[in-house]
Amino acid sequence: MSIIYVLITVSVIVAIVFFIAFVYSVKKGQYDDTYTPSVRMLFEDELVKPKKEHEKSDNKEIIQTSNQ
Amino acid sequence: MDNCYHCGDTCRATTIIHDEKKFCCNGCKTVYDILNENELTYYYDLQATPGKTPIAIEGRFDFLDNQDIVAKLLEFDEQDIQIVSFVIPHIHCSSCIWVLENLNKLHPAFLNTQVDFPKKTVRITYNATQFSLKEVVLLLCKIGYEPTISLEDFNKKEKKVDRSLIYKLGVAGFAFGNIMFLSFPEYFEVSEFWLDKFKFVFRWLMFAFAVPVVLYSARDYFVSAYRGLHAKVLNIDVPIALGISVLFLRSTAEIVMDWGTGFFDSLAGLVFFLLLGKFFQQKTYGFLSFERDYKSYFPIAVTQLIKPESAPISEENSSDVKEIQTQVYELKPGDRILIRNNELIPADGVLIKGAGCIDYSFVTGEAVPVNKLSGESIFAGGRQQGGIIEIEITKAVAQSYLTQLWNNDIFRKNKASRFENMTDQISRRFTIAILAIAIIATAIWLFYDISTALQVFTAVLIVACPCAIALAAPFTLGNMLRIFGRRKLYLKESFVIEQMAQIDTVVFDKTGTLTSNQKNKITYHGVPLSKNEQTVLTSTLRASNHPLSRALYDVLQDNGICTLDDFSEEAGNGLTGVSGATRVRTGSATFVGNEQLQVASNRTQVHVSANNQYKGAYSFQNTYREGITDLFADLGNTVHLVILSGDNDGEKEILKAQLPPSAQLKFNQKPNDKLNFIKELQRQGRKVMMIGDGLNDAGALAQSDVGIAVSEDVNVFSPASDGIIDASQLQELAQFLKGSHQSVRVIKFAFIFSLFYNLIGLGFAVTGNLAPVVAAILMPLSSISIVVFTTVCTYLIGRNLKTKIELK
Repeated sequence: MSIIYVLITVSVIVAIVFFIAFVYSVKKGQYDDTYTPSVRMLFEDELVKPKKEHEKSDNKEIIQTSNQ
Repeated sequence: MDNCYHCGDTCRATTIIHDEKKFCCNGCKTVYDILNENELTYYYDLQATPGKTPIAIEGRFDFLDNQDIVAKLLEFDEQDIQIVSFVIPHIHCSSCIWVLENLNKLHPAFLNTQVDFPKKTVRITYNATQFSLKEVVLLLCKIGYEPTISLEDFNKKEKKVDRSLIYKLGVAGFAFGNIMFLSFPEYFEVSEFWLDKFKFVFRWLMFAFAVPVVLYSARDYFVSAYRGLHAKVLNIDVPIALGISVLFLRSTAEIVMDWGTGFFDSLAGLVFFLLLGKFFQQKTYGFLSFERDYKSYFPIAVTQLIKPESAPISEENSSDVKEIQTQVYELKPGDRILIRNNELIPADGVLIKGAGCIDYSFVTGEAVPVNKLSGESIFAGGRQQGGIIEIEITKAVAQSYLTQLWNNDIFRKNKASRFENMTDQISRRFTIAILAIAIIATAIWLFYDISTALQVFTAVLIVACPCAIALAAPFTLGNMLRIFGRRKLYLKESFVIEQMAQIDTVVFDKTGTLTSNQKNKITYHGVPLSKNEQTVLTSTLRASNHPLSRALYDVLQDNGICTLDDFSEEAGNGLTGVSGATRVRTGSATFVGNEQLQVASNRTQVHVSANNQYKGAYSFQNTYREGITDLFADLGNTVHLVILSGDNDGEKEILKAQLPPSAQLKFNQKPNDKLNFIKELQRQGRKVMMIGDGLNDAGALAQSDVGIAVSEDVNVFSPASDGIIDASQLQELAQFLKGSHQSVRVIKFAFIFSLFYNLIGLGFAVTGNLAPVVAAILMPLSSISIVVFTTVCTYLIGRNLKTKIELK
């Protein structure tokens, strides 16, 4: 049964590791702004298109309809 | 009418059709072009009409050429990497976030940009060798995201964020969870071989977890209790600190002496819930600041004119005067500064050159801009409207008439410390009662069983620890704070709600508070103007920068315009415009040739004459905000109303008609008069709420029990206050006051509720039956039920408030 000493030690260490991770993340300011990241992650990945003229005009058409 | 593709405003006189899209002005079109060229049109897909018309900059950011100022603004500055943060009030939607975080598509010098949406700030990392700070700011302005840079930003580096409450909460929560697990076996009190064997390990582990909770997480309660006792006040933290220390000492004694498991679980739970309440009570509105003084209103630098005595510099055309950008703090008496249209005058001075037309509405409450001629003195805080003027400084910034108001002691006092909240009031009696019960119960037990006596004594103190009482107010007020925030009344701290419930006098400022800043009601009296005359008048007004001309032009602009053959503006007097055979003069009564009207009322009027014939006058009237009469009627029944205005009494009769007869009206009040008036009311034992908007109200706002600043745009400057209300919600003030009354009633019910729990606990305690498991159940149960009770009640209040407001 003395395995329980090991188990308790391990569990406490794991808990403490998580606790330190929490303190670290707070300290780094990860919880300072909880809103912007939620918006940021929904942005489309870069719509980078090669700079061609006809591509550009296509783009405009789409905008026109989506705005209506 | 079409709406602008960029900003969403209705396109008025001119609609520009460009790229198959409609724009209201060239400014909006230009922004679209910039974004379009750089493939940033996704901006318009995320949100329709997200933009803002860029405004003319004309040298307003020239001070960024001054490297000293730039150095103060930068957060980080090393060779190729510079970091700067700006507040940009226009940040309001996901498009804003997207475009600002893609600035590097506009210029490769932007290394990284990050938006903090709640705070409305953007943090820009850029390379200054390619792109100067001024260029960064100008680029932001060009796409309609003009940053606000004020004197407050000076030396803002190293802003300390206090996160200790989160750490404390983290420690307590961590310990609470772990102790709960460890004490689980003993809750069931089964004697099993292995349980008995490991009991001690478990207990000492619990002890180890409890130590940081007591020493670190609960530290504030000990400090506060000590301070309270020192000031001979029995605040709520006294019984809490007592309860925590007794819990800890008794539990330690129990495990040392092997009497039992102790109450470490209850201890950690108690501290955790208390801190949770504290945490919940704090609601910060990142984008608002309640501590602003004149510093956030003042510019960081002004254009100083220096006469070269040794080195001749020909920067200005044909003038031998050099213009440099000087930090406002460095201005000395005798310096000459240049103030452009819409710029703020940072220090008291004398007008040297140009026609001053200074808008003091924010500083003094006067609704109408004041005309100044050269040689007249000008006070700091006014905003020049019209042309360029030159001023000679007579006093340094910190000594000006306006900034001296901040020397008043009231700005150094902490309002919270002047106020005893309900929890502390009840805790005074509660603590005495608990100590009495503890002593009596112990005394009685001493006769029967001495060993139980000490146990009873500690049990009473443990169970009576007013956890639920301490939670009632934070959760109720914290909830109300959020409910009010959703209805656009932003309060600084939760105790303001308690104070609101006690208000019996409401004092209003007039200009900017009751009247709206934008809309002027303009009425015309006199001989009707012919179509031709109207057109010439409109065109004449259009050419002028005077605020009255612009206000009038806004109303008349549908008359159409024509080309003027001749136009002249006489500073402080009026305008003359000629088109064909029509000659229109407009301005003061003397200017248009009507001497008799000179002694007119306090009203602001613009007189018009055509071809030397007097026609009539346009009168400007303040427009009162919507629903003000209703608000007065609602409030009039319950509180005493006062109007305290810095303006003249020209509107007295109009106001009187809207107010209940008991209301008091005072005009021509200087900032200090306002402060003293509030003080006098308080001396009479009144609880005063001050509602104001300008710097002239700052003293009164600080002195009053609750100072609320009215703001048409909550992101721009408002004076230091306990709360900021959106101007559109001012008419709901009576509802807010009612809501605060109701929340105080909820707290009282919650007190009764928690006293009931305490009685049950005391029943266990005085009979000597307080088992750890009972305490471990009772403590969270009472806390959670109080939290549920207050949350449900405040939800109902909030719903009630919502229906009341929306029914209107």
